[in-house]
Amino acid sequence: MFHIYCPYCEEHREEEEFHPKGQAHIARPEEPEACSDEEWGDYLFFRDNPRGIHHELWVHAVGCRKFFNITRHTVSYAILETYKMGELPRFTAEFPEGSLSEKVTTEAEAMSRQEGVKA
Amino acid sequence: MQRYSGFGLAKHALSHHENWERQWRNPTPKPQYDVIIIGGGGHGLATAYYLAKEHGIRNVAVLEKGWLGGGNTARNTTIVRSNYLWDESAALYEHAIKLWEGLSQDINYNVMFSQRGVMNLAHTLQDMRDVQRRVNANRLNGIDSVVLTPEQIQEIVPVMDCSKNARYPILGASWQPRAGVARHDAVAWGYARAADALGVDLLQNTEVTGFKIRDGRVFGVHTNRGDIEAKTIGCVAAGNSGVLAKMAGFKLPLESHPLQALVSEPLKPVLDTVVMSNHVHGYINQTDKGDLVIGAGIDGYNGYGQRGSYPTVEHTLQAIVEMFPIFSRVRMNRQWGGIVDTCPDACPILSATPVKGLFFNCGWGTGGFKATPGSGHVFAWTLAKNQAHPLAAPFSINRFHTGALVDEHGAAGVAH
Ligand SMILES: Cc1cc2nc3c(=O)[nH]c(=O)nc-3n(C[C@H](O)[C@H](O)[C@H](O)COP(=O)(O)OP(=O)(O)OC[C@H]3O[C@@H](n4cnc5c(N)ncnc54)[C@H](O)[C@@H]3O)c2cc1C
Ligand SMILES: [Zn+2]
Repeated sequence: MFHIYCPYCEEHREEEEFHPKGQAHIARPEEPEACSDEEWGDYLFFRDNPRGIHHELWVHAVGCRKFFNITRHTVSYAILETYKMGELPRFTAEFPEGSLSEKVTTEAEAMSRQEGVKA
Repeated sequence: MQRYSGFGLAKHALSHHENWERQWRNPTPKPQYDVIIIGGGGHGLATAYYLAKEHGIRNVAVLEKGWLGGGNTARNTTIVRSNYLWDESAALYEHAIKLWEGLSQDINYNVMFSQRGVMNLAHTLQDMRDVQRRVNANRLNGIDSVVLTPEQIQEIVPVMDCSKNARYPILGASWQPRAGVARHDAVAWGYARAADALGVDLLQNTEVTGFKIRDGRVFGVHTNRGDIEAKTIGCVAAGNSGVLAKMAGFKLPLESHPLQALVSEPLKPVLDTVVMSNHVHGYINQTDKGDLVIGAGIDGYNGYGQRGSYPTVEHTLQAIVEMFPIFSRVRMNRQWGGIVDTCPDACPILSATPVKGLFFNCGWGTGGFKATPGSGHVFAWTLAKNQAHPLAAPFSINRFHTGALVDEHGAAGVAH
């Protein structure tokens, strides 16, 4: 059972309140009419399916009903971070540990999140 | 190959069953083969068998990173049916059922194919319309399929709650009498033994870690046991297909999800058919040993962990207990997950790829066990002739760019 931190509610809640909605950061083509069949098919159907770190779109369906992103490992299922729409992930396949300076931010944020839970 | 028979069984009883031959060899990899099959599940083993048997291509290796049949082949709920909506998929799955009907004789191995009928329940008016539409389509395609009334359903499954006040009222069902279940391990082992007897090398503990590609054409693979060469390679790796495609430098329209099942303690015979409900997402049958086999839905997120989430199991069991109050006290023995390769249109991919000589057979998702013989049969044809088998042609990867999807999703009671 996942214990998911909603970046909007600023609380950890149980998995059943959330729905996964597939790969994150997929941009709709600016001009769909101008797409080739290849480009449009790629946009609609072709997804990253990594064995490892993956960025996913989730919705807090029976909570605030907002969409947000999760970085998760698809083998261990460990949730590395959750972040708001429009933000970028700190943990990526290239930087599975996050970079040093970013780690500090993460820790600081983890602290504030704990406070969030208590509040 | 030592043939199996009733007489043989009696003869071996005299020597306390201590002198049975091993079912297949454990060869060392050769540096080169005519064809390499990646993935020793049912589909890969069936492909190798039909390559050797029907096309005389016997210099073949099956590369399996674990043990034969240890993937989804050994993890599924073994439902076999062919009552799909669209002509293309109905033809493919019906081709498989026809092979199932003679399979035990063909490979001299009892795969325990039991045509006990499969029932797909309808709980809403829309379900009912879909059932009627699908049954009509099936009949036009020559597939045995009928619509049942709640009274007929109650007669076939007396222990199911078919009353009007049920939580999920049963309005009717589709019924395919020739559908049923088979013994999943026996399918893998039977194809393995038959392929081995025709000269196919089954290489277990051999994981493909990369492809050897020159000028857009494949000529071999890297493995943990060294490089092995072949000019034709068929990849049949189910949930790991996307990982292999990435190694070869292209993407597939697949996502890998955990799918779970569970079995109960053995009971006396109580259910002699297969009951499936798409609407509440539970399906159930009873094995010859007496265990209830219950299947759940997929977890919504991607995963390779071969385990699923608790809420999914709970949801399925709630539905099963509502439909079968008599099972509410049954204890579950085991629960597990497999990684299924789901495709946007819920149909498989049987296709050439951007890399010449490299073919993929994948995307069977939650429902490929039933297709095992048919999939192997048409894929072997495709590999041998370097051209899509007519039944495989609609399932080319190109359909995701041309738009010619075979959209079984939601239409075929597509669960399994
Ligand atoms: C819980 C569950 C219930 C199901 N119920 C049904 C059902 O009732 N009816 C039905 O029709 N279908 C069902 N299915 C689906 C069905 O199990 C699959 O579609 C089918 O078994 C796929 O067979 P396969 O041989 O392609 O894959 P698998 O049996 O998974 O074989 C693929 C093999 O490839 C190997 N492999 C992967 N990567 C590599 C590598 N790099 N190198 C070497 N080897 C590799 C794996 O180890 C594996 O053994 C179910 C699946 C699950 C998980
Ligand atoms: Zn929230």
